[in-house]
Amino acid sequence: MTSNPALAANTKPWRDPAAKPFISIRNVTKRFGDFTAVDDVSLDVYRSELFCLLGGSGCGKSTLLRMLSGFETPTAGQILIDGQDMAGVPADKRPTNMMFQSYALFPHMSVEKNIAYGLLREGKSKAEAYERVGEMLKLVKLEKFASRKPHQLSGGQRQRVALARALAKQPKLLLLDEPLGALDKKLREETQFELVNIQETLGVTFIVVTHDQDEAMTLATRIGVMTEGVITQVGEPREIYETPKSRFVADFIGSVNLIEGKAGPAAPDLMRVETDDLGPVVVPPTAGLTQGQTVWLAIRPERVWLTREPRPDIANSVPGVVQDMGYVGHMSSYVVRLANGRLIRVTQANESRRDTPITWDEQVHVGFEPSDFRVLTQ
Amino acid sequence: MSPDPQSQGAPKPRRYKPLTMLAAGLAGLAGALFVGWLALPPGLQAALFLIIAPAFVYFLISRRMGWSDRWMVIAIPLLWFFVFFLVPFFVLGRISLAETMIARPPYSPLWETDRDGNLEIIASLENYRFILGDALYLNAYLSSIKVAFISTIFALLLGYPIAYYIARSPEPRRSILLLLVILPFWTSFLLRVYAWIGFLRREGVINNVLMWLGVIDEPLVMMQTDFAVYIGIVYTYLPFMILPLYANLVKLDDALLEAASDLGARPSVTFLTVTLPLSMPGIIAGSMLVFIPAIGEYVIPALLGGPDTLMIGRTLWDEFFSARDWPVASAVAIVMLFLVVAPTMWLQSVQNRQEERD
Amino acid sequence: MKRGWFLPIVATLGFAFLYAPIVSLVIFSFNESRLVTVWGGFSTRWYGELLDDGQMLGAAWISLKVGAWAASIATVMGTLAAFVLTRFGKFRGKLLMTGMITAPLVMPEVIIGLSLLLLFVAMEGVLGWPAGRGMLTVIIAHATFTAAYVAVIAQSRLRDMDESLEEAARDLGAGPVRVFFDITLPVIAPALVSGWLLAFTLSLDDLVIASFVSGPGASTLPMVIFSKVRLGVSPDVNALATIIIGIVALAVTVAGVLLMRQSKRMR
Repeated sequence: MTSNPALAANTKPWRDPAAKPFISIRNVTKRFGDFTAVDDVSLDVYRSELFCLLGGSGCGKSTLLRMLSGFETPTAGQILIDGQDMAGVPADKRPTNMMFQSYALFPHMSVEKNIAYGLLREGKSKAEAYERVGEMLKLVKLEKFASRKPHQLSGGQRQRVALARALAKQPKLLLLDEPLGALDKKLREETQFELVNIQETLGVTFIVVTHDQDEAMTLATRIGVMTEGVITQVGEPREIYETPKSRFVADFIGSVNLIEGKAGPAAPDLMRVETDDLGPVVVPPTAGLTQGQTVWLAIRPERVWLTREPRPDIANSVPGVVQDMGYVGHMSSYVVRLANGRLIRVTQANESRRDTPITWDEQVHVGFEPSDFRVLTQ
Repeated sequence: MSPDPQSQGAPKPRRYKPLTMLAAGLAGLAGALFVGWLALPPGLQAALFLIIAPAFVYFLISRRMGWSDRWMVIAIPLLWFFVFFLVPFFVLGRISLAETMIARPPYSPLWETDRDGNLEIIASLENYRFILGDALYLNAYLSSIKVAFISTIFALLLGYPIAYYIARSPEPRRSILLLLVILPFWTSFLLRVYAWIGFLRREGVINNVLMWLGVIDEPLVMMQTDFAVYIGIVYTYLPFMILPLYANLVKLDDALLEAASDLGARPSVTFLTVTLPLSMPGIIAGSMLVFIPAIGEYVIPALLGGPDTLMIGRTLWDEFFSARDWPVASAVAIVMLFLVVAPTMWLQSVQNRQEERD
Repeated sequence: MKRGWFLPIVATLGFAFLYAPIVSLVIFSFNESRLVTVWGGFSTRWYGELLDDGQMLGAAWISLKVGAWAASIATVMGTLAAFVLTRFGKFRGKLLMTGMITAPLVMPEVIIGLSLLLLFVAMEGVLGWPAGRGMLTVIIAHATFTAAYVAVIAQSRLRDMDESLEEAARDLGAGPVRVFFDITLPVIAPALVSGWLLAFTLSLDDLVIASFVSGPGASTLPMVIFSKVRLGVSPDVNALATIIIGIVALAVTVAGVLLMRQSKRMR
């Protein structure tokens, strides 16, 4: 069917400043009356990427998706797909297809007819269309269900029909609105990988809207974090997690300890930050800080050291008491109260059964490696 | 690769003027055809209409028109309702200002040209002065309100327990009972009112049964009384009371009742403090659905009421069919219109509030 | 909660109140005696007389034709109005349209009848159309007031319908008209069928509006029945009522069985 395309996941074109974007969103704004749903957003997506727009409800991610598919018209700005301006092109004439959150399977048509619908609309003959329907059914492993009606299928099967229907026309861009949102947790995890496999086999560009950070992390080549109509950070999953640019992103993706402080004098190797909670802290040097500026130190719970004895080898170490702990199987999570009442979240992998685990009310020390801190200014 | 849909270039600019004229022309043609069809046997027409009308609409819109040409779709129903629902009220208002005349049609024209060729507009409030001055009309209005009000109260008193009973019934029975409430509505309204004549009259079923049981010696006079009219209205409009009440009560969460009784309320107290206040929107909707049509009712007072049962719908009817005074009948209708507008608007506002809450 | 005796008793009385007159109509339609409420032995003579009554049969035929026509027009107009109101967002005249399709639901029939008659008379004076009153004017009048009921039914169905179905069809390359006929219409079709049936029933049932706007030679069945029962009870009307009740009962049973089967299949 398709020769293995050069996948964006491998070539990482966004790291190459000369690469030509496949989808260009340029200064797009969408207002509904007084409400600004999408506020001056610019974004480039590259061919055969699997891009995730991640954000809470009402952050504008769905509106952005609907502008790409042609159901909403931007108030201002421009959308280019494969170099062509989409202004004035109605939804039925766009080279995009969408997989709806509700799947939107036509209830009065069989699975086959649902998948064939778009093919027949572009003028394919019945024979051609149904040949393609057969291929799609094979791709999503639903050959046996061709003549069923949507209400005779399970949730997971419906999801696959919706995917097949959207892919049947070989769109340049597939838009997926919460594609796994209606599935239960276990099915969702299986389907995530299936979705990635299908995307990689076909090489179609995907833009996925989701509110589920695990889903975004698993699926995406890159993630765009959206809040209040603005994309606050775009990056590969690892980048978003390890080097968030703002407190919002750090807090939104995963769990984080944020410690406020004042920047000390600039230094070439290690820099000091004065904090109320931990006292003076040593952090890696960060460019563009003025002395006395308010900064926030972000550190992930799993990067915090938790020991019974103080660790002199770690630059930053403070004593505390275990206030709370939870055992989750592969790891345990702790809440440690410092002397001034500040709570620090810590997680520890349970690598061995032999250790006596740290437990409630124990006197402990929490340690922070300077390189594990991320210094945030906003 | 399939042909690129974008390669057709930018969409052409839209020209509305010729399109408007085309639409007008087609609409005119359709109108003419419509009149032409009426020469066909109506059974055939009805069938044809079902096919031709959607096809016509399809044709109209499919002429390479996008969503922005949607006004064409809007125009069809808008025009229909405008011509056959709204305009008649203007005609009604205008004729209520005319004088009755022995002519065809039996009212004075709106304007006349006198000998000098001056246009003279003929309009007077004489008809309104007449109906507001005459005790007959005033009494008819007041008694319509009274009859409608009393009937509504009775319908509510009977309908509420039934609706409550149905709403609390387990599932198979609930659907069957609901169907039984709706079923009479599908049989002829006129025949259902007629059925009461057989029940209420001197030698009717009720008198026969009561005499046979020895409860009464003399037959009761029930026909041609206000009582018969109340019975008739409650009977015909009971489903309209029950359905909105049911729709409201069925949504009532059992847990609320259990919570009230858990907190120590007796069933009667629970009913008064929880069920009744929560079902208020249903009570209002049901009452208005009985009250509003009851005001204008003609058939029930005409068949079951006596000569002294005054109701405004009946007065209007007589004014039109017996006295043949079209202008006065129109004035009666206009005044009556105001009588139903107020409760209707209240109903609407209650429903809007309800919708917002849902 | 304890089971009260009050509710079942009131409900039973209520249903008795609803059905007793209908039952007695049916029973006395088989009465030999002309005195409708005095039992004179079983007989089907009134059915025979009914079938010989040319006026009644003619009126019934007219009513059926008027009903079919009016219900069809009402279904088209009501559906279009509902579609426009639920799918077109804001447009000039929307409030007017909303008002015009809600008002007939609460407007007294005498007012609708009188105002439409006056309109037809005025139109005849100005345009020469419609020439006189007859079936055409009754059809238009009935179509207009029943379209409001169809619009209400269609509107609530359209609101419940998942709009992403229509968007999905657009997305797959169907134009707006195509979407309406491929997706919207089939999905709301059951509501339209019940809308048509409701409009048909309302038209068959209407006496007041028809009396105003009808003309010579176009008396509908309710008009003929009314002129008969005005003079008192008449046994052949009982027979007619029984036939109508029989048809309705049959239709409801068939519909019930079909619905039951469908819901079983859905499961």
